[in-house]
Amino acid sequence: MYESGFFAPWAQLVTGALTGLVFGFLLQKARVTRPDVIVRQFLLKDFTVLKVMISAVVVGAVGIYAMLALGWIDGLQVKNAALLGNAVGGAIFGVGMAVLGLCPGTGLAAIGDGQRDAIPGVLGMLTGGYLYALAHPWLTEALVKPLDLGKATLATQTHLSPWWFIVGLAVLAGAGFFALERWESTRSPRSA
Amino acid sequence: MRNPFRTSAWPPYAVGAAIGVLSWITFGLMDKALGTSTSIVNAAGVIVGAVAPEHVKANAYLAKHVVKSPPFDWQTALDLALVAGAALAGWLAIKPGERSRVEHVPSEWAARFGPSRGLRYAGAFVGGLILIFGARLAGGCTSGHGISGGLQLALSSWTFIVALFGAGIASAFLIYRTGRRAPVVGASGGL
Repeated sequence: MYESGFFAPWAQLVTGALTGLVFGFLLQKARVTRPDVIVRQFLLKDFTVLKVMISAVVVGAVGIYAMLALGWIDGLQVKNAALLGNAVGGAIFGVGMAVLGLCPGTGLAAIGDGQRDAIPGVLGMLTGGYLYALAHPWLTEALVKPLDLGKATLATQTHLSPWWFIVGLAVLAGAGFFALERWESTRSPRSA
Repeated sequence: MRNPFRTSAWPPYAVGAAIGVLSWITFGLMDKALGTSTSIVNAAGVIVGAVAPEHVKANAYLAKHVVKSPPFDWQTALDLALVAGAALAGWLAIKPGERSRVEHVPSEWAARFGPSRGLRYAGAFVGGLILIFGARLAGGCTSGHGISGGLQLALSSWTFIVALFGAGIASAFLIYRTGRRAPVVGASGGL
C-alpha cells in the first residue's frame, strides 16, 4: 500500500516536530486555542486573531522576500491561484471555522490546551478530508480548473515590486492596529 | 520581570512576529512552508486504508497523499507536535494550586445553544468536517494560505483570506447573534 514508505526521512520528522512544538506553544500563548477567541473575532468583539495573523504575515514577508533577494532561498512556495476554488473553499472554510471556533492548526493545539470539544472537531476534519477526496475529481473540474492563474502573487500579477505590497501592508497594519488599540482602550479601560 | 514562559498569555503582536520568524526558519532551513491541513488528508487516507486499501489506491487524491508519498511526513510530525507544544505552554503557565485548563463547551456556544456537551461535540464535528472540505478545495487553511501564502503575497491566499473572513463574519453573526439566549453561567464545568 505505501509505495514510498510510511515515514518520511527522520530529519524531516524531527524538523517538523520542532516546528510544530514551537508553533503550538505560540498559538496557546496567543489564546487562539480557545474557540471563544476565534468566534469573537468573527463577531468583531476581539481582534486577537487578526493581530496574530497580520503580524505574522508582515514579519514573515519581510524575511522571505529579503532571503529571496539575497539568494538564500531558491524560490517561493506559492499555491496556484485557482480563484474559484480559493474563494468558494475559503468561504466554506469560514463557515466551518465559525461553527467550530478553531482551524486545523489551532484545533490540534487546542487538544493540547484542554479544549475537549476540539477532539470531535479534529475527528470531523478527518471525515471531511475523506469526503473531499471522494468529491475531488468533480470539484476540480467544476471549481479549480476554470479560473486557474497559476503561481501568481500580488507582485507578479501587477508587475510591481513586492516591496510596495509589503511596505503598504506594514503601514496599513501599523496604522490600523494603532487605531484599534486606542479604540479598545477607550471601550474597556481595564482590559490588557 | 516574570519569566515569560510562565505567564498565561503573550501579546498577540509578539506571537505573530514570532510565527513570522518561525516561517523564515522553515523556508530558509527546511525548505518548507508552514501548513497543517494537507496531513489531515494523509491521516484520513491511512485510517480508511487500514480498512479498505484498494479503495484508497483507486482514489487518485488519496493515493497521491498516502500511496505515492509517505503519509507520515514533515507536516504530520508538525501537526502531532502542535498538541504537545500547546500542552507544554499551558502546563508551564499553571500557577501553584491551580489545575490545568479544561473546557468542553465554549461560552459563546453555550450562550446560544446551551450547556449540552453532546450538542457541542456534534457541532464541533460538523464544523471540523466543513472546514477541512473547504481547506482542501481552496488548497490550504489558515496556516498554509493565511500565514505562509499571505506572507508570500500569493494571489490564491489573499483570495482565500478575504473569503474566509467574509463568510466567517457572516456566519458567526447568523449563528451566534440570532435568537440569543441569556448567558449560561459555568457551562463549561457542568455535565
